[in-house]
Amino acid sequence: MAEVPSETNVREKPVEQIDTVVIRFAGDSGDGMQLTGTQFTNESAVAGNDIATLPDYPAEIRAPAGTLAGVSGFQVNFSQGRVFTPGDRPDVLVVMNPAALSVNIADLRDGGILVADSDAFTLANIRKAGMDGDPLADASLNKRVRVYSVPLTRMTTDSISDMGLPNKTMVRCKNFFALGLCSWMFNRPIEQTLTWIESKFAKSPALVEANTRVFKAGWNFGETTEVFVHTYEVKPADIEPGTYTNMTGNRALALGLMAAASKAGKSMFFGSYPITPASDILHELAAHKNFDVTTFQGEDEIAAVCSAIGASFGGALGVTASSGPGIALKGEALGLAVITELPLVVVNVQRGGPSTGLPTKTEQADLMQAFFGRNGESPLAIVAPATPVECFDMAFEAVHVALKYMVPVMILSDGYLANGAQPWKIPDYDELPDISVRYWKGDLGFHPYLRNEDTLSRPWVIPGTPGFEHRIGGLEKDYDSGDISYDPANHERMTRVRAEKIERVSEDLNPLCVEGSELGELLMVGWGSTYGALAQATEELNAEGLATGHLQLRWLNPLPVEELKRIFARYKTIVVPELNMGQLVRILRERLLVDAIPVSRVQGQPFKVGELKARVKAIVEEGR
Amino acid sequence: MSGEQAKLNRKDFVSDQDVRWCPGCGDYAILAQVQRVMPELNIPRENIVFVSGIGCSSRFPYYMNTYGFHSIHGRATAVASGLKLARPDLSVWVVTGDGDGLSIGGNHLIHLLRRNLDINVLLFNNEIYGLTKGQYSPTSRMGQITKSSPLGVADHPFDTVSLALGADATFVARTVDTETRHLQAMLTRAVEHKGTSFIEILQNCPIFNDGCFEEVSGKGSRIENQLVLEHGQPLLFGPEDARMGVALGKDMSPQVVSMDSTPAEQVLLHDETNEALGFFLSRLERPEFPVPLGVIRAMDRPIYEKEVMAQAERALSEMGKPDFNKLFCGGDTWTVE
Repeated sequence: MAEVPSETNVREKPVEQIDTVVIRFAGDSGDGMQLTGTQFTNESAVAGNDIATLPDYPAEIRAPAGTLAGVSGFQVNFSQGRVFTPGDRPDVLVVMNPAALSVNIADLRDGGILVADSDAFTLANIRKAGMDGDPLADASLNKRVRVYSVPLTRMTTDSISDMGLPNKTMVRCKNFFALGLCSWMFNRPIEQTLTWIESKFAKSPALVEANTRVFKAGWNFGETTEVFVHTYEVKPADIEPGTYTNMTGNRALALGLMAAASKAGKSMFFGSYPITPASDILHELAAHKNFDVTTFQGEDEIAAVCSAIGASFGGALGVTASSGPGIALKGEALGLAVITELPLVVVNVQRGGPSTGLPTKTEQADLMQAFFGRNGESPLAIVAPATPVECFDMAFEAVHVALKYMVPVMILSDGYLANGAQPWKIPDYDELPDISVRYWKGDLGFHPYLRNEDTLSRPWVIPGTPGFEHRIGGLEKDYDSGDISYDPANHERMTRVRAEKIERVSEDLNPLCVEGSELGELLMVGWGSTYGALAQATEELNAEGLATGHLQLRWLNPLPVEELKRIFARYKTIVVPELNMGQLVRILRERLLVDAIPVSRVQGQPFKVGELKARVKAIVEEGR
Repeated sequence: MSGEQAKLNRKDFVSDQDVRWCPGCGDYAILAQVQRVMPELNIPRENIVFVSGIGCSSRFPYYMNTYGFHSIHGRATAVASGLKLARPDLSVWVVTGDGDGLSIGGNHLIHLLRRNLDINVLLFNNEIYGLTKGQYSPTSRMGQITKSSPLGVADHPFDTVSLALGADATFVARTVDTETRHLQAMLTRAVEHKGTSFIEILQNCPIFNDGCFEEVSGKGSRIENQLVLEHGQPLLFGPEDARMGVALGKDMSPQVVSMDSTPAEQVLLHDETNEALGFFLSRLERPEFPVPLGVIRAMDRPIYEKEVMAQAERALSEMGKPDFNKLFCGGDTWTVE
């Protein structure tokens, strides 16, 4: 077997320089495509590219093999420029079977590269994917894209046939052949992958050897065969100096919560119930019990949030996380946190709804739920990170707000942020700000609803504090004594105070930042994970001559109404693209009396930049 | 102020709130016994927390001059679990009822019992929804006429003790609101037990279900119907001149025998650690059998919060003190110059 050249070796084949590449790996859910994509992403990050990823997998863990329902995909965009999105259409599509081809081929751009495991294109598999005849031999396909039929399974088993492994085990290594081939094709540094294989399969030396050999075989296949005439290179991006790591939104949230709790000197209590796509937050936190983090897997979503409220009552930082259906179940308890004015952080990693909906797909349709999804007047502070790495910063801010104002804060993430990865410039923990927690220092005249004049927060006096024994609860309390009160005027006063507390959070928030044109034809207003698509579209629209501004809101409650009015006045048309049927746009129309126009998409997928631009341009045209 | 100073008395546990249960409600008696027992426990008042859900019984925390949390319907056990996990140093009490604890909160209750946190649960069972004015509860008897069952309750009731035993509770007891000494004894035993202590307190609702436990609390009938359990003692009940015992029949079914005609060794001995016997006792049905009162089960099992704390300590010793910078760099990293 030929030696794999190291990065410094002179390559045998010519290298073509390109700016940016979008590659999608697709196969059966058992084919290891998520792993292949993730590892390719890591190689690209190490190569210094800017990256964005989009994992796309079915809700079924193992749908019947070879079926359309079982297709799992992972897309990564890597570039020497700035990357905002995982890309609309892949330049390269790697498919492990006919079903993966059938599901994904329409997305592959004209002139793109298709790499297919020809061994998987058996008559039975082709029929299972609902096709007649071998699609790889299809003339129109071969005219549209460059097709590389590679006997990937056979070459995988050939390269390790002497190891005495069962055939099934050998075949399962084939994703490493694909990874090796693509690593060769795009000149990726491979040392990191080799090290990773060693640690990932540390328990089985045979698997380390098998996967390493298959990976190298894939590399060598590219290098030595006549099939591929040249490789591609994407130069490192111009990225701010620093140490980086690849970060998903869920992991960033977990780390941000932990760091903030620590900076506040608080134990963190995380009550949770397994739900896609939020469970990874629980997994991450459960792995760091040496950081004064208690994780509690409750019997249901209600137990999860109630235990967090109980922990906050006891003086810990209570946190709970779920996705839309789970947040619906938590609704009543969130009202309890509102009326007892306890600090609580609630993470909603949104997914397609209603009901079970699209568990593994992304959507932003829980904004109204965050604002109004509880009985009574029960405002929460609401914040939405715009990128996976921003999940760290927003989690940190959310903890700060919850502790300072004694309010529940909801963080609206979504499936796309949760599983999407991005290079994270690793912060220095020591340089993160401290979060101060105010405790009751007075003595005489204590009652549990005495308010701080600035924040209107009530004092957090925790059990164990002698002399201040008190009772709180879900019944309305008297403003002046903290006792149960059914007084009509008192209820209105307390209702207004709870709302005013949220408004006062504004004082801690950063001013809004408009990207793109500071004034002009069009302002796109977004929130949450649509940031990348909107930013990319804004760049392109401005380049095309349409003066476009882009405002991505982080804090949604409180909403800086006056500041928004000033910004909106600078543009002719206000468009609000959202992955829902128009939720933020309703809030903006109601709060600002502005004729903002919705652009909706509810397909369980992020915006495609091309489509978004076309729809926005049509709106601008119509307005002219 | 601190409980470490002068010994507290009952009044120290009386809050400044007016008690607003209906006149004659069994809850008054329970509140009085709890306030009476509290000073004997030698727990500083500030370290005691009463948590409740919704219902008549759930007003309880407002009347205790301790820390208190009146939460939402059915969820007191979940709130208390989080509190105890965050603050294992506190003495945490849950006050609930048959609707709050067994209906809307049934799920949280069984999981608390299964996990075995060191929390004391007092379930006031009056076999009716009182606060919502008289609908049947999961312990109402079949055929019972209530506002929501004008033709009689059609669903089979839970036996509270059987349910708790089935959920693998480590301490299960039953007492009666009017049996002040027995109630106090059960409260003391519950505090002594390490793990979740569950006490069913049979409680009269004079408004919507008056006399529901007359057979065990009534002057004329209580002697005949109370099977007062004592660990290691025979299962005997009834007046002195007509003592009865509970024995095991040949078909393994329970039998009531007259002590006049039965050798003493045929009567079963109570054993709080015998799980099968606990179930056997909980299935004794009225009116054929007496109502067992006392500690039905008391056994040791690992305590959840202690296990959690041990894990945290293990994590500290294996992974070391928190080092965020190390954690942040935990994955693959690369440096841009």
